[in-house]
Amino acid sequence: MALQSLDITRRSASPTASPQARKTIEIAKLIDVSTCIGCKACQVACSEWNDIREEVGHNIGVYDNPTDLSADAWTVMRFAEEESNGKLEWLIRKDGCMHCADPGCLKACPSPGAIIQYSNGIVDFHQENCIGCGYCISGCPFNVPRISKKDNKAYKCTMCSDRVSVGQEPACVKTCPTGAIQFGSKEDMKDVAATRVADLKTRGYANAGLYDPQGVGGTHVMYVLHHADKPEQYSGLPKDPAISTTVQLWKGWLKPLATIGIAAAGLFGFFHYITVGPNRPDDEDEHAAANPAAKQEDKA
Amino acid sequence: MKEQLIQRYSAAERINHWIVAVCFILLALSGLAFFYPAFFWLTGVFGTPQLARIVHPFVGVIMFVAFARQFFRYWHHNLINSEDIRWMKSVKTVLSGHEVGDTGKYNGGQKGMFWLMCACMAVLLVSGFIAWRPYFAGSFPIPVIRLALLAHAWAATGLIAGIIVHVYAAFWVKGTIRAMVEGVVTHAWAKKHHPRWYREMTGKQK
Repeated sequence: MALQSLDITRRSASPTASPQARKTIEIAKLIDVSTCIGCKACQVACSEWNDIREEVGHNIGVYDNPTDLSADAWTVMRFAEEESNGKLEWLIRKDGCMHCADPGCLKACPSPGAIIQYSNGIVDFHQENCIGCGYCISGCPFNVPRISKKDNKAYKCTMCSDRVSVGQEPACVKTCPTGAIQFGSKEDMKDVAATRVADLKTRGYANAGLYDPQGVGGTHVMYVLHHADKPEQYSGLPKDPAISTTVQLWKGWLKPLATIGIAAAGLFGFFHYITVGPNRPDDEDEHAAANPAAKQEDKA
Repeated sequence: MKEQLIQRYSAAERINHWIVAVCFILLALSGLAFFYPAFFWLTGVFGTPQLARIVHPFVGVIMFVAFARQFFRYWHHNLINSEDIRWMKSVKTVLSGHEVGDTGKYNGGQKGMFWLMCACMAVLLVSGFIAWRPYFAGSFPIPVIRLALLAHAWAATGLIAGIIVHVYAAFWVKGTIRAMVEGVVTHAWAKKHHPRWYREMTGKQK
């Protein structure tokens, strides 16, 4: 959903730089897990605003519904029951795209302009250019993108880039009844998070903290966690997310090596031919000519 | 004097070879397009980028099946023996245009190329299935798909570099391309490059 009114700083599979002159303010969405009540209003708002309807699923014994992200469900609440200090804790996390500063999806994508990063930090998929290869799924450290069964194109949270481009907050932020989801400049959101973390610490959550993982250059969706030391407790939020080494080897190291290998094979052939020259059977026949007996044999 | 010819490849073998070759070219071009952003336009060999993504794996399966037929035709001609080791050790002499060893149907280099191609094809097939969307990739864990994509790119690089050498060798050694186009080689060609095979085919001792 590329929009002219947002500046694009990075495009997938585009070796040359995008326009860099203009700088816009970096934004972020802050999700305060400790004030989330799991009402799923954000899921509904997302579905409403973006006109996507996931099929009505089945109750699987927990509150999760839909049970996973999909091409028609760009955000889902994940409910985890965890025990800490002999207490049961119900940890609810709104899952969706983290809008990484260094997006693995964008790095992995082979199609020019199918994934773009705006200068405000939003990472957006431009489905028109998507070829359906699923490389973005392999690139993502958070397991977020999903390929639609209808059109084989990848979808995920856009951070309501259409709303943000006209100065509005994302639909989920707008609708959240407890103010657990906030939106603003990344700096402001960090300040808000700091007050929340300080408050949680006074209430006995010694390990409360902000989740803004630096392994992916920081994210534009951040969480306030009561247990920032154990993000895995929140339905498998990765502790130190980074673009997988396998993907780095594939999209980073292999390219120059492959270029050298293929070029070496071609250049070897070229230079071998113009120096050594063709290999003709006649050359050997000339030797045979010096030995009439062999020549005789050959004619027989 | 009428040229003396030996049949090297039957019509069926030639058709088989060229099916693999055409598939390979299409796959290499579209594969390079997926690998190098600057070559993305090569997806045009299949019409559009989306079509290239859809068609590439099907052509891959055709190439693999056709190559498997070749494998069963040729594997027993490609078992490496001491003559081949000698050939490989003297590859510099060979490259200067002088044959080494009593070479049979294939020389050490050709045999090495055969097994390289087999290895690459096997890796490409397995990794290709694992990464194949929308049909198979969904059944594999993401870390496995990542490894498959890496392995697929490595094997493809190996195969492309190998095929460049294969094509160049055929172009360099005059009279070779004829074997795969018309099916025949001259006695002089066979005697020089594959003396043991020449004796087997003609029953001659020299």
